[in-house]
Amino acid sequence: MTLGRVIGRVWATVKNASLTGQRLLLVQPLTPELNKTGKPLICLDSVGAGAGELVYWCGGREASFTFLPVEVPADRTIVAIIDELSIERGKDS
Amino acid sequence: MLLARVIGTVVATRKDPRLEGKKLLILRLVSPEGKDESGYLVSVDTVSAGNREVVIVVQGSSARMAEGCKDIPVDSSIVGIVDTISLDEAGKPG
Repeated sequence: MTLGRVIGRVWATVKNASLTGQRLLLVQPLTPELNKTGKPLICLDSVGAGAGELVYWCGGREASFTFLPVEVPADRTIVAIIDELSIERGKDS
Repeated sequence: MLLARVIGTVVATRKDPRLEGKKLLILRLVSPEGKDESGYLVSVDTVSAGNREVVIVVQGSSARMAEGCKDIPVDSSIVGIVDTISLDEAGKPG
């Protein structure tokens, strides 16, 4: 699972029937220090995440498990909104 | 899922029988601002996307979960045609 911040939304009227009713959010992947890393991605949302929120998402086939028993073609799904993040810093960081 | 723009089609006569009748498109990856990025994909189209349209692509084994793609050998499916993208300040470059 990976940390990210919700930076926008994507609307699509024409979509695969199995995606009906799903919210599509644009998410910027972040490092644990909350710096941007990599390109923004589209994630489905299973927790009602909103603009600017810090989240983590589940990738791969498992991303669709959160919608079971409905089969949804999801390869990334936001599964949690982060309340708090604490990182223990070692000598080398 | 990724954003991409349709830039072409692929025609293959000899292919896995389970791929028969499936439209294959060549896609160029794009950023949320609509700029071309490096990398391309060949994806099965499930939404009748047209040339130059910006689409949503699902990859990996999840691509098989799109309606019409059950039990067929695909790892990339087009599952939506983008109407609009809204980008917050936090997502803007720079």
